[in-house]
Amino acid sequence: MVLEAARRYAAVAPATAPVVSARGLGLVFAAGGESTVALDSIDLDIARGAFVALIGPSGCGKTTLLRAIADLEQPSSGTLRVNGVSTAEARRARAYGYVFQAPALYPWRTIERNVMLPLEIMGLAKAEREARARRYLDLVGLGAFRRRFPWQLSGGMQQRASIARALSFEPALLLMDEPFGALDEITRDGLNLHLHDLWRRTGMSVVFVTHSIPEAVYLSTRIVVMSPRPGRIAAVIDNDLPVERPLDLRETPEFLRLAHRVRAALRAGHSYD
Amino acid sequence: MIRLRAAAPLLLVLGMLCVLWYGAAVWLNLDQARALADDGASARAIVLATFALDRPLLPAPHQILFELLRSSLFYPPDSPRSLLHHTWVTAETALAGFALALCFGTALALAIVRFRVLDRSLMLWIIASQTVPVLAIAPMVVVVLGNLGFTGLLPKALIAGWLSFFPVTIGMAKGLRSPDPMQRDLLRTYCASEAQVFRLLRLPASIGFLFPSVKLAASLALVGAIVAELPTGAQAGLGARLLTGSYYGQTMQIWAALVMAAMLAMAAIALIDLAQAMLRRQRGGRL
Repeated sequence: MVLEAARRYAAVAPATAPVVSARGLGLVFAAGGESTVALDSIDLDIARGAFVALIGPSGCGKTTLLRAIADLEQPSSGTLRVNGVSTAEARRARAYGYVFQAPALYPWRTIERNVMLPLEIMGLAKAEREARARRYLDLVGLGAFRRRFPWQLSGGMQQRASIARALSFEPALLLMDEPFGALDEITRDGLNLHLHDLWRRTGMSVVFVTHSIPEAVYLSTRIVVMSPRPGRIAAVIDNDLPVERPLDLRETPEFLRLAHRVRAALRAGHSYD
Repeated sequence: MIRLRAAAPLLLVLGMLCVLWYGAAVWLNLDQARALADDGASARAIVLATFALDRPLLPAPHQILFELLRSSLFYPPDSPRSLLHHTWVTAETALAGFALALCFGTALALAIVRFRVLDRSLMLWIIASQTVPVLAIAPMVVVVLGNLGFTGLLPKALIAGWLSFFPVTIGMAKGLRSPDPMQRDLLRTYCASEAQVFRLLRLPASIGFLFPSVKLAASLALVGAIVAELPTGAQAGLGARLLTGSYYGQTMQIWAALVMAAMLAMAAIALIDLAQAMLRRQRGGRL
């Protein structure tokens, strides 16, 4: 017991330890006698402060992997540690903020009170809740829409509000599941720019699920390419584009070369039969 | 102008109903009017007489209206002859029964949603409880509780509550289950306690579902209150007025009590609508 606890703290302590660490991770969904292998022998380390994009075709298990990190799904085999502890402990310690595919705002709460929801659950004082809601709504550019209700805002604004909500309790790890998937191209560009800027300023670690190659290349420091049936890691590509990333970086030869490598890795991992 | 346009269809239906009603009154009261008429009375006089009988089979609308006003206004409100007195007795019972139904129905829904076992084991009994003819067991409830020393409001409120808790339970259970998986996963990522999930997600999500069932429960509580008054010796209440009216052939008294009951139900629905509108405003215009 004591040894176990000591080991846990030793694992938390060094700043160089990975935020997420998976070894031989497998996850099988069993339903009605049939079982689907969603994840198969995943080995992955995500370094502190990294921006990791998980990319792959539908059904490759990228969302499942993210949900497993968040302790929303339980692995069937292997180990998965977040901040050196089990995913359940990490969730109890409120180690991460999660942004879903849809904004998942509560329609009976104003935008401001939606952002304050996690703070209310975590028991912060009212003044602090209000200050944080204001700060993070300003950060995502929604300061003027505090008192509106979710359905009075556009889809992009709603998703920005949900990002402010995930940031409000200042987690060191942000898990994002295709957050901009349902948005139009122009809104998406704006939010990508915004998110990259946010990541640089806060220094948090981000795991970002997407099926858009340009988005993955534009945002990340590292791209994890996954292949379906069973969900496996096909390739890990380091992204050495400069930290400064204006939107027109996407037309440069370096960007296109990297995008090409990702596409090739996707094609290699994807069989159409 | 807009108000008038909204009221026009309502008034049209009311007018048509009146015409039909007067026609039916002539038809149903004709034999009695003819028997009471002097020999050689004109047809016109006989038809007019059908609207002015003391104990008509079907009183004409103006007779009901007059009886309603007479029995409401000509006696002090605490007199047993005052219709207002009886209305208040029934309203009190219905209100108490409605409050019981809200509490019990909500508690039952919370239990059913929280414990899956209860959903399977209790639901059948809840449905069975609604198939019991309340009119048949109401006297037993009153007698048994009377022997235990409970008289007056409580037995009647229990019967009204029995009749009205079911829609509250069903509506509430449906509302409590309405949050989608993503809304629930969100609270899981915050490691919210079960009490917090109920308070912050399930309860606020259920309120929009609750209003239709609450309206149904309110009118059922009124029916329950009237039914509960029948076996209690018919001392007071609209139910008592219906019973004594039918004993003594006072059809106008019966109809006045029925109209009063209908107005009571409409008032209850209007109050619930008001609460709904206030909540909607608080939520920015959407429930």
